[in-house]
Amino acid sequence: MSPAAASPVLAVRDADKRFGAVHALKGVSLEAFRGEVLALLGDNGAGKSTLVKCISGVHGLDGGEVLLDGERTALHSPAAARRAGIETVYQDLALFDNLTPAQNFYCGREIAGPRWLPRGLRFLNARAMDREAAAVIERLKVSLPRFDAPVALMSGGQRQAIAVARATVFARKVVILDEPTAALGLRESRKVLDLIAQLKAEGNAVILITHNMEHVVELADRAVVLRQGRKVGELRPSRDNQRQLVSMIVGAEV
Amino acid sequence: MAKSGGGNDGSVPTLPSRPRRIAETSAVALGLRLLAVGPLLILLLLVAVVGLLTPNFLKPINISNILAQTAVIAIVAIGQHLVILTRGIDLSVGANLALATVVGALAYRVTDSAALVMLAMLASGAAVGAVNGLVYVFGRLPHPFIITLATLSIARGVALEVAIGHTTMRGMPAEIAALGGGNLWGIPNSFFVVCAVVAIALIMVRAMVWGRWIYAVGGKPEAAVQMGIPVKWVLVSVYVISGVCAGVGAIVLAGRTEAGSPLYGNLLELDTIAAVIIGGASFLGGRGHIGHALVGAVMIGIIRNALNLLNVDAFFQMIAIGLIIVLAVEADVLRNHLEAKVRVLQAGRAP
Repeated sequence: MSPAAASPVLAVRDADKRFGAVHALKGVSLEAFRGEVLALLGDNGAGKSTLVKCISGVHGLDGGEVLLDGERTALHSPAAARRAGIETVYQDLALFDNLTPAQNFYCGREIAGPRWLPRGLRFLNARAMDREAAAVIERLKVSLPRFDAPVALMSGGQRQAIAVARATVFARKVVILDEPTAALGLRESRKVLDLIAQLKAEGNAVILITHNMEHVVELADRAVVLRQGRKVGELRPSRDNQRQLVSMIVGAEV
Repeated sequence: MAKSGGGNDGSVPTLPSRPRRIAETSAVALGLRLLAVGPLLILLLLVAVVGLLTPNFLKPINISNILAQTAVIAIVAIGQHLVILTRGIDLSVGANLALATVVGALAYRVTDSAALVMLAMLASGAAVGAVNGLVYVFGRLPHPFIITLATLSIARGVALEVAIGHTTMRGMPAEIAALGGGNLWGIPNSFFVVCAVVAIALIMVRAMVWGRWIYAVGGKPEAAVQMGIPVKWVLVSVYVISGVCAGVGAIVLAGRTEAGSPLYGNLLELDTIAAVIIGGASFLGGRGHIGHALVGAVMIGIIRNALNLLNVDAFFQMIAIGLIIVLAVEADVLRNHLEAKVRVLQAGRAP
């Protein structure tokens, strides 16, 4: 690992979260490093999504803390998390079907001016946004049928690629991907996995939630396993310990 | 209609493999394109047919007439269009307009200044719109239908109450009368008012961040929150703008009739909603532009005018407009269906 990986870019300490009677997270800690893919594994209801939502600002923590580059950070809202450099690709992608890829990229963070006006009243710099978005699409080698058509006209894989590409534009520290290949065919999954590898190569800390063990072994440098709201294991996934990983997830010998 | 164009549309990007898929792709693309210009084609067809049936229709005086009669619907429909873009609806615009004309007439009793009277009407419209938006958003109502239905009733009631038994309150400043009733080289001044409203709306919607946010909120409200857009304030603002449009409509109508009345704007909410839908904007939000609202408003104006010229019963006008609404909504359904088809064809393509 590179020297920069010595200190974690994201650290979660003793995260605790309750929803009424349900104790969803019970003192979970984890660390994510730059240039590394961390797989977050667990059965349904293990607390993966809750943990990720706490990191991306959707839920607040009841106990514990989130540190970014060693500093305690309050993430009250998704917008605050994004400002702090954490990008999330949600399972439903959070794409606007009626907007073009470039418009989707910059939605909520439009390139606009003049700066002395309130944000909503600024004038869009559409040309700059189109140019930048096209450059990113080009760099990530995503092939889109048309750049000026609404996202509604694109396939599942293309939409996924747009959502991931959007995250790469703005990610400065952490990218979280919630089951990015769940709804995709083989060929389209391949494309998205390549994108994830590229995110890692560009020095992001990637947190990947998935049920696909093949993808974990291929991409992940580390895997953290949750079960019933607790962290039950952490290891370096490989072909040899795949069975061990699965038994940790389901909580029994396989 | 979508399937009729089986030929290869040259401008559609296609891959050399699988000829059948290519034919299908271009047929679907052609269908989507036809749907996009459909309302405009229907409007032109309507003009051509009516023009042939009644020679009086295309005379300048009659066209000027249509423009004047369509102005109020067009202006208020632009506000309605913005509300519908965010998946909302504003049922209060008619009552809002009536209240604004009454407020204007009352203001005229206190002041002779046309500017102040106009300002009073605009403020009245904006106030009703602000109530709609604030109660809808911060009262956490499930849908704007309820609150705008309530303000429809309240605004009409307030208008009747403050007009104290008058059905018409005569008198408007000369400038407002000129704005609503005068004309320049045979073109009604109200047409220029429409142009001004369109220009301002276009700048706000297409050039400003606010406009982009309206489409985002209408496209996927949850995602808009996740992307850090101030969704609540965007929603409040569209209802205020819709109210302001009702206020501008009030100025034009009060000017044309040189009076304010609590009975004005009856069923205007339905006319404006019909205009937006007929024009081709999606009732489900997020899709459509100002041209749709204008095309729809002109279409309603022409249908009314033509059937009058042809001496057709007024009831038939209602039937005709209703039928066109059904057609427009079905076109929207068809468009969604075709877009889903494009997605499937995309996924089947070689990378």
